[in-house]
Amino acid sequence: MAQLTMVKALNLALAEAMRENPNVLVLGQDVGQDEGVFRVTEGLLQEFGPNRCIDTPLAEAAIVGGGVGLAFTGFLPVCELQFDGFSFQAFHQVENHVRRFRNRTRGRYTCPLVIRMPYGGGIRAVEHHSEAPEATYAHLAGLKVVIPSGPRNARALLRAAIYDPDPVIFFEPKAVYRAFREEVPDEPETMPIGKGVVARPGKDVTLITYGAMLRVALDAAEELADDHNVDAEVLDLLSVSPLDGELINESVRRTGRAVVVHEAPRHCGVGAEIVARIVEGSLLYLEAPVKRVTGYDTIIPYFQNELTYLPDPARVVAAALETVRF
Amino acid sequence: MPREPIKLPQRVESLSVLAADGRIDADLEPALDPADLRRLYRTMLASRRLDERALALQRQGRLGTYGPSRGQEAASLGVAYALGKDDWLVPTFRETAGLLWRGWPMQTWLLYWGGFEAGNVPPAGVHDLPIAVPIASQCQYGMGVAWGCKLRGEGRVCATFCGDGGTSEGDFHEALNFAGVYNLPLVTVIQNNHWAISIPRSRQTASQTLAQKALAYGMDGVQVDGNDILAMIVATREAVEKARTGGGPTLIEAVTYRMSMHTTADDPKKYRTEDEVKAWEPRDPLLRFRAYLHKKGLLDESTAGALDAEIAAEIDQAVRQYEQYRQDPAEFLRHMYAELTPELQAQQAELQAYLERKHAPTPAPVP
Ligand SMILES: Cc1ncc(C[n+]2csc(CCOP(=O)(O)OP(=O)(O)O)c2C)c(N)n1
Ligand SMILES: [Mg+2]
Repeated sequence: MAQLTMVKALNLALAEAMRENPNVLVLGQDVGQDEGVFRVTEGLLQEFGPNRCIDTPLAEAAIVGGGVGLAFTGFLPVCELQFDGFSFQAFHQVENHVRRFRNRTRGRYTCPLVIRMPYGGGIRAVEHHSEAPEATYAHLAGLKVVIPSGPRNARALLRAAIYDPDPVIFFEPKAVYRAFREEVPDEPETMPIGKGVVARPGKDVTLITYGAMLRVALDAAEELADDHNVDAEVLDLLSVSPLDGELINESVRRTGRAVVVHEAPRHCGVGAEIVARIVEGSLLYLEAPVKRVTGYDTIIPYFQNELTYLPDPARVVAAALETVRF
Repeated sequence: MPREPIKLPQRVESLSVLAADGRIDADLEPALDPADLRRLYRTMLASRRLDERALALQRQGRLGTYGPSRGQEAASLGVAYALGKDDWLVPTFRETAGLLWRGWPMQTWLLYWGGFEAGNVPPAGVHDLPIAVPIASQCQYGMGVAWGCKLRGEGRVCATFCGDGGTSEGDFHEALNFAGVYNLPLVTVIQNNHWAISIPRSRQTASQTLAQKALAYGMDGVQVDGNDILAMIVATREAVEKARTGGGPTLIEAVTYRMSMHTTADDPKKYRTEDEVKAWEPRDPLLRFRAYLHKKGLLDESTAGALDAEIAAEIDQAVRQYEQYRQDPAEFLRHMYAELTPELQAQQAELQAYLERKHAPTPAPVP
């Protein structure tokens, strides 16, 4: 067992997969000598050489499109895009090819690649470096969309993503990268993609979230318990496509109340899908309308004002109390 | 039938006027008004000092992540000088000197890197576009501006900037291709500072030069000593003149060097040697230009000292204005559409309520 940050845990997942399987490749901008702008690929060039830890020219579409072709020749490419905001430079490759090849060729050609990228706000970055585009990707059938929340599940899920037979968009919350350490087992560990977990059990209201917002929801749950005598259950979805509707509905049926929390904008966000699942699965169990605490339907403000935009525990507490007092 | 080299009508040449050691090509030396030369020097120096101050502010936690432009001042300044007031300048993010020349206030530059949207707004009378961070994306709308200039037939020209790394993006190539096809009044300037974060120029493209990429799109290319303000002026003037008179686009590769880190979030020691940086120091555009002006008798020790003081005061003033800038925290909702949508109206009310709650005095504890 080692105490690792999420950056180190992701690095561990990459290194172990590369050791186990010679087909695993890492490619992207500045992933070699520089070891990634967040250092997630630390030591990989040194251990695996420039044919397996590949510094590319500055072209996201070529990193992903090239990854598709590499996958056809038997490799398991892990493509690193430097920031969420620049994933759109590769978007046509993702939409036109990555997600379609299995279906087009009736399973003859597949795209088992992973597209990793730093995700979300909260690190006072310059514009285009704080985006939360998960709903955009979750809307594209054929992709799996994974968002870990801590070091241990990041390592386990990245491993699962690398060995998944289908393409996985892997969002790494920047605000969590170095925020805390966690015990990560020495032995390779994996988690199923598409399954969430109960991060905190409770009985009065279900807070449903993922990524960096897990910390916010857990803090809110604590405040609800300490100051308001409300026992909140917190769900960490870990994956927004597939979405663990079973976990959500099982919890909401017990609590009768739900608040969805995500940093992406509200309109057509993942929260909308979650609410639809609840309405379809648990309408008659609901004691109050479901609330959403999200980013606003705007571009995330530049960093001076990003904390106004990002959900904080106070907003989550207020929403949870509304559902409790409804 | 035989095998023959293909002769292309376009040319790729290299250009330098004022060498690092002070030698000058008298035939190529542009005849510039001494007042202009002094103003150019002042702007270059102001850009350098502003850049240094921005770096210091970042280190003190008073500015966000900052991308310095140290060593690259001549490239954007020469281009800005060669443009007419009604022409367009479309920057990426290391054109500090050029933007100052065009009339962008220092505090606007600070506001951008300080995390305020107001840093994108040009002052009245300046219609240049703001900083572009998504690499090479600006090449496309810069091309579109040139297209509009051509369709309007007013003889205006657009100069667009990108980096050496930017030449690998599809956007760069698509924009150049359109410019060639429509014969647009576009001057695309690559600031080849030899690095794209940790990737050296030599691993960005297998081309010997970046200028030669022009040939593929049916335009002329010129590789200019980008640390030579005079060469930048000469090359851009020619390109602008050609564009204005219907001669079409030009690609300029300004060969310069990123003297500082990529941004304050970067550690260049991981990937390049101090020796490499040292080797570029004697080619500094500011030193070269200063020596040229000294030689011409346009600058002496006392005027230089006064200039330093003037610029320092100007920067102090800009920093004060930047730090006194206040933004309404709900402002970010207001500029998404011409009119607030019903969703945003509701969200505005929600945000106001939240802000009021947040700033309300905490009630006294119940005894
Ligand atoms: C589309 C896109 N991909 C990645 C980045 C991250 N990034 C910022 S600057 C940079 C390197 C740019 O190199 P170059 O074009 O040579 O410009 P320079 O930084 O040297 O001025 C990268 C990869 C970005 N801003 N935009
Ligand atoms: Mg560069």
